[in-house]
Amino acid sequence: MLRQIEGSRAVAEAVALCRPEVICAYPITPQTHIVEALGFKVKSGTLRPCEFLNVESEFAAMSVAIGASAAGARTYTATASQGLLYMSEAVYNAAGLGLPIVMTVANRAIGAPINIWNDHSDAMSQRDAGWIQLYAETAQEALDLHLQAFRIAEELSVPVMVCMDGFLLTHAYERAEIPIAEQVDMFLPRYQPRQVLDPAQPASIGAMVGPEAFTEVRYLSHARESRALDLIPDVVAEFGKVFGRDSGGLVRGYHLDDAETVIVALGSVLGTIKDTVDELRADGMRIGVLGVTTFRPFPAQAVCDALAIGRPTKRLVVLERAFATGLGGIVSADLRMALAGDRAAALHPPVMSTVVAGLGGRPITRASLRNMLHDAAAGALEPLSFLDLDKDLVQVQLQAGRAG
Amino acid sequence: MPYQHVTFHQTGSLAVGGRLLTDDQRSVQSGRRRSNSLTLGHRACQGCGEALGARYALDAVQRATGGQTIAVNATGCLEVFSTPFPETSWQLPWLHSLFGNAPAVASGVAAALKAKGRTDIRVVGQGGDGGTVDIGFACLSGMFERNDDVLYICYDNEAYMNTGVQRSGATPPAARTATTEAVGPEPGNRFGQGKNVPLIAMAHEIPYVATATVADLRDLEAKAERAMEFRGARYLHVLVPCPLGWGSAPKDTIEVARLATQSGVFPVFEAEDGEVVGVSPIRHRVGVRDYLRTQRRYAHLFQPDERTDIIDRIQRGADRNIKRFGLLPAGVQEESAS
Ligand SMILES: Cc1ncc(C[n+]2csc(CCOP(=O)(O)OP(=O)(O)O)c2C)c(N)n1
Ligand code: SF4
Ligand SMILES: [Mg+2]
Repeated sequence: MLRQIEGSRAVAEAVALCRPEVICAYPITPQTHIVEALGFKVKSGTLRPCEFLNVESEFAAMSVAIGASAAGARTYTATASQGLLYMSEAVYNAAGLGLPIVMTVANRAIGAPINIWNDHSDAMSQRDAGWIQLYAETAQEALDLHLQAFRIAEELSVPVMVCMDGFLLTHAYERAEIPIAEQVDMFLPRYQPRQVLDPAQPASIGAMVGPEAFTEVRYLSHARESRALDLIPDVVAEFGKVFGRDSGGLVRGYHLDDAETVIVALGSVLGTIKDTVDELRADGMRIGVLGVTTFRPFPAQAVCDALAIGRPTKRLVVLERAFATGLGGIVSADLRMALAGDRAAALHPPVMSTVVAGLGGRPITRASLRNMLHDAAAGALEPLSFLDLDKDLVQVQLQAGRAG
Repeated sequence: MPYQHVTFHQTGSLAVGGRLLTDDQRSVQSGRRRSNSLTLGHRACQGCGEALGARYALDAVQRATGGQTIAVNATGCLEVFSTPFPETSWQLPWLHSLFGNAPAVASGVAAALKAKGRTDIRVVGQGGDGGTVDIGFACLSGMFERNDDVLYICYDNEAYMNTGVQRSGATPPAARTATTEAVGPEPGNRFGQGKNVPLIAMAHEIPYVATATVADLRDLEAKAERAMEFRGARYLHVLVPCPLGWGSAPKDTIEVARLATQSGVFPVFEAEDGEVVGVSPIRHRVGVRDYLRTQRRYAHLFQPDERTDIIDRIQRGADRNIKRFGLLPAGVQEESAS
């Protein structure tokens, strides 16, 4: 059913349709509307059987999720920002235990200074925790990715984080197609846990492992997570069959065929970027977009295949909503690693620029993007730059710091 | 007529005549169908009170639930010594996640079982004092406040043993640990306000709270079984001497625990819905000196000079416990003049 709906509600509808048995949550802006809607469904009895736990912290939320999932329940939670960091120890643990928990991260900046608005610093900080990370471009895609997330998580026994931009996607109203229960049931089979806490077959889960086998354990989780690169395209194909929509996937290209300059990004900013690219193409610029939907595992091959480096792509602009302090781009580093294994890129090394943009909710405007991309096309873009940085202000501060 | 003098060392316990009892009257460990939850092969030190306490408590829970128990373990000695890779000593489903989250993980297991309609399977969370009174405290309180259907057992050996005997929030005053060395004018752990988690648990008005020690294993079993008669959050706090950390002789683990109760240092009681409903009275009262002397962690109180000031202060704390919980029925005499 097509509905004008808030992104958070759309996600709550999708999660409820997946029939989770345990939901636990601790409130943090901008995640609240999702869990409020789910809490309502459980309390009113429309989502049954399901236990909704109001826990005392995000650390407890992920810990409850770990216990519930290990006991064989389909389990969901949601968080953002400080909450994600607060549960970080348990985030790693859930992955290490191979528990297919699905979590929404309503992307928000990390303090200090405290800031409730959107960027990707939170999810990026957990990129190597052993979770699959999917980034939504629209509310519809956020909804769809949750349906796919349970499927992927349970098939691989790996937890999945669905990242959706705080406010921009969680609080905006969009038209979204809400599936019906029969469709979801057809797409998502009942959860069959790999290993479960069961008195009939007692197993010890989470035992200590020493140097003699730890590397192997880690290698195997790497291998298991990497299998998502094969699985996700299949899931997307099946999703298309059941729901009649093409949604999710590893990467998504836009006008890549003839693009000399390609801008790479994740999340909702892709919409603004595509609008800007339309304008620039109308002006005759040969430019395209690569959206990365699956960021972990990193789809190196899919990225290289989509980019067609040297034929004719020669310039890459990576727009990042977070960055590694003291270094620069996070996505850029992964991209470089992917291209290092690509023969075309070795023959025609592309110029790569990192543009850090939209930190702490700063709007990324078409005007700023247009100027930046003109600079890029003219070869005038620095390797690392910050979009719309108030250079005068920071100069004053830097000089004051030096004087002091 | 020549005769042989016979001493019944176990007078007063329920062990003598155990063979005359029916199965359900027997102690769980003496029963033929004990479940051996924590079985041989673990790597605990000789005389480890925690291994003993865990085995008795869990076997009793297993008997109460008909073997339908899932255990969730915090990081700590119990977790490490019971699961040396690739082996396990656990004969029941067992999950270890982290140091500070066992109560919440247990809540998650209970929630899953409830959603699946399997409330016949019961959940036990367990950890050391550090995992319970310090780093896991928020999760414990949350579990209590929600009244989740979990029995949480704290094995209190009064320090972070697994990492080498550092002070925890449960370390008693004057005790030497690796982070409260027996040096300076106030050697050992400082006198703080204490952190009495059984009383804090009672303040949550959860259905059942009890303390126990490995000195009275029958009492420990009875309390573990009693706890399983309730639904909702339950808390069992078990004093478990640690020969390594306390500097006591491995053979004296039971004796040291007994001296802790008989001196009033560790009150043994039971509470329902926030009210004390029973205490284990002191039978042979001893002064705290007799208890402290058994452990090297208190050696600095006796040599080179006796620190009467500190010992008296500890005695005053024990006296307060005795009064507060009514541990001394009229007529019980002090055994040693301390
Ligand atoms: C977050 C975290 N901090 C610290 C540790 C290190 N650590 C592991 S076990 C332990 C001590 C456990 O003490 P306690 O809970 O009293 O159990 P015991 O070993 O004494 O039985 C510590 C400090 C850890 N594993 N995780
Ligand atoms: S250090 Fe103490 S608690 Fe740990 S195994 Fe040894 S005796 Fe038991
Ligand atoms: Mg301890």
